[in-house]
Amino acid sequence: MNTNASLRFAKPFGAAALLVVAMLFGAPSHAADAPPIPDTLQQRIAACTTCHGVHGEGTPGSGYFPRLAGKPAAYLARQMQDFQNGLRKYAPMEYTVRQLSPAYMQEIAEYFAAQQVPYSRSPLPPVSAATLQRGEQLVSKGDPANKIPACASCHGSQLTGVQPSTPGLVGLPYDYLSAQLGSWRTHTRGTVAPDCMAVVANRLSDSDITAVAAALASRQPPADTHAQAAGSVTPPLACGVLGATGDGT
Amino acid sequence: MKWLLRLLLLIVLLIVVLLGWLFFGGSHRPTPPAMSKVTAATLQDPALIARGEYLATLGDCAGCHTAQGGARFAGGRSLATPFGNIPVPNITPDRETGLGDWSFEDFWQALHAGKGRHGELLYPAFSYTSYTKVTHDDALAMFAYLQSLPPVHQPAPALALNFPYSVRKSLTAWRALYFREGEYKPDPAQSPQWNRGAYLVQGLGHCNECHAARDSLGGTPGDLHLTGGQIPMQNWYAPDLSTQQNGGLQGWSAQDIVDLLKTGQSAKGVAFGPMADVVASSTQHMSDDDLQAVATYLQSLPPRTPLVEEPQLFNAKAIVQQGEKIYTQHCADCHGKDGSGIAGVYPPLNGNSSVTEPTGLNATRMVLLGGFAPVTAANPRPYSMPPFAQQLSDSEVSAVVSYMRRSWTNNASVVRPEDVSKYRHTPID
Repeated sequence: MNTNASLRFAKPFGAAALLVVAMLFGAPSHAADAPPIPDTLQQRIAACTTCHGVHGEGTPGSGYFPRLAGKPAAYLARQMQDFQNGLRKYAPMEYTVRQLSPAYMQEIAEYFAAQQVPYSRSPLPPVSAATLQRGEQLVSKGDPANKIPACASCHGSQLTGVQPSTPGLVGLPYDYLSAQLGSWRTHTRGTVAPDCMAVVANRLSDSDITAVAAALASRQPPADTHAQAAGSVTPPLACGVLGATGDGT
Repeated sequence: MKWLLRLLLLIVLLIVVLLGWLFFGGSHRPTPPAMSKVTAATLQDPALIARGEYLATLGDCAGCHTAQGGARFAGGRSLATPFGNIPVPNITPDRETGLGDWSFEDFWQALHAGKGRHGELLYPAFSYTSYTKVTHDDALAMFAYLQSLPPVHQPAPALALNFPYSVRKSLTAWRALYFREGEYKPDPAQSPQWNRGAYLVQGLGHCNECHAARDSLGGTPGDLHLTGGQIPMQNWYAPDLSTQQNGGLQGWSAQDIVDLLKTGQSAKGVAFGPMADVVASSTQHMSDDDLQAVATYLQSLPPRTPLVEEPQLFNAKAIVQQGEKIYTQHCADCHGKDGSGIAGVYPPLNGNSSVTEPTGLNATRMVLLGGFAPVTAANPRPYSMPPFAQQLSDSEVSAVVSYMRRSWTNNASVVRPEDVSKYRHTPID
């Protein structure tokens, strides 16, 4: 009798003890309170998407982090390489990509290049109609007297970029655009020589930078925002990123 | 009393400097390669060169001797120290700007004795305090490898040290305090594996150069071997490396150590900051035998005395409560509500010495900077953590870091908002 009673007691107790042990050691303890972590590139690159958006949409609202979606993959990979090599200076980016392998950067670049998300407008500073007009002139015709080529002559007639290495300019925030043009002049943004954008940025006056950034940021993106086909433009300057050599002028 | 001690120390230093000046003031002539005891044929031995490449990787020579975006081993950058900037020399065999005219005897004198070709005392930013333990044979292999590199013409930047550190002879005093010249002497009471690990950790690995606190003269007193310390200028905390009671790696198995060094992460944590670079460019390439040896040696480091917790000067409870909300919102999905992380993907925060190290620096900077785990052959597409510098204010970062440091089994001091604001800049070099 005695034995039976203790057995009857022991069974449920043993089961409960087992359950406790299972809870402690069996299943991973996070399973109960967190969703599983997907094995996707998107999940792996949380360090990128927190600023640039899960689909590379950028932050049109706050105006700084640029859109990456749909930009040519070779351009995006080149930018990461330029940050690694200190040609582009922006400490958080330099830190984040500092030891990524070329293969991983290429994969990340292809991810963002393949994203298709709608464009949204970002806030514009108050600029005069004359400034916008000057900007529009620089974008589509350039300023031959000052040897400034039109943006469209390299970045495509619709400014959606050109494969494989020329980025689109539509949909970029004003703050980002003017900061980039400024940073080419202060040598905090550069790329492989000859750095044709550095040449262009140094030919722009301060007011031209405001004008061209405002004109680009206020443009309505075209219906088809894909980058133009490779070889569809003949750049007026020699650009290292397009395989040119020499001093770029 | 403190000022008196300082004064005495200063006087002693001055005397040592003067004596050094008097007795070691003479210059030294370099040994031309033609006069070297090592023949050119020896230096061209492919097997020796291959061994030297492995050793140069273990020592992570390229880590310092390469500028951002520059040619490997070609120097051309400055190392920032609290005493000023020290140029990093070109160690490719360029005759004019590199080691092209160096003999092995010159190289040995630099690595082993911390002296340049002309007998000048080298600044210990070049970690000869550790490299002096490297054997003659290993040094020869490394020299052969360096001499086999394509020469790169790249002059070093100018020395920019503050006075009195700019006076090289002042190093006589520094060396008297902190430098013991001598190759590694195996301990016969220990296994060959332990001795190999000790040799690598204390010598070429130069682990102690970061993983021990530096005093006001930039030296690491001998009794602080691998007990952890803040890395000057870089503002990261290199943790204590003992795996025993109160050690920075308490509870780490040999396999955990091997995993971290080989893949960049282990079940206990992920390498980040400067250690991520060390793993990516050096330790992931170590042979399995050498990794095991390092683990064996580190596991033999003694237990440590527990840290005495400083009294909290303000209401830690409120800050920790605020931190819990932020943690639940931003951190718990990946690191778990219980701070256990997700094996192989996201590191645990509970019991993680990078969270609980004495300063709070590492966790603060991780929250601010985020970033990828090291890219290694074993983990070529690592997961990453978002930077929160843009999203969280100083007080929010201090709250969430304080919460992590005081939750679960963690019991470290809170981090104040003013500490966070000090570390908002991003280190690149």
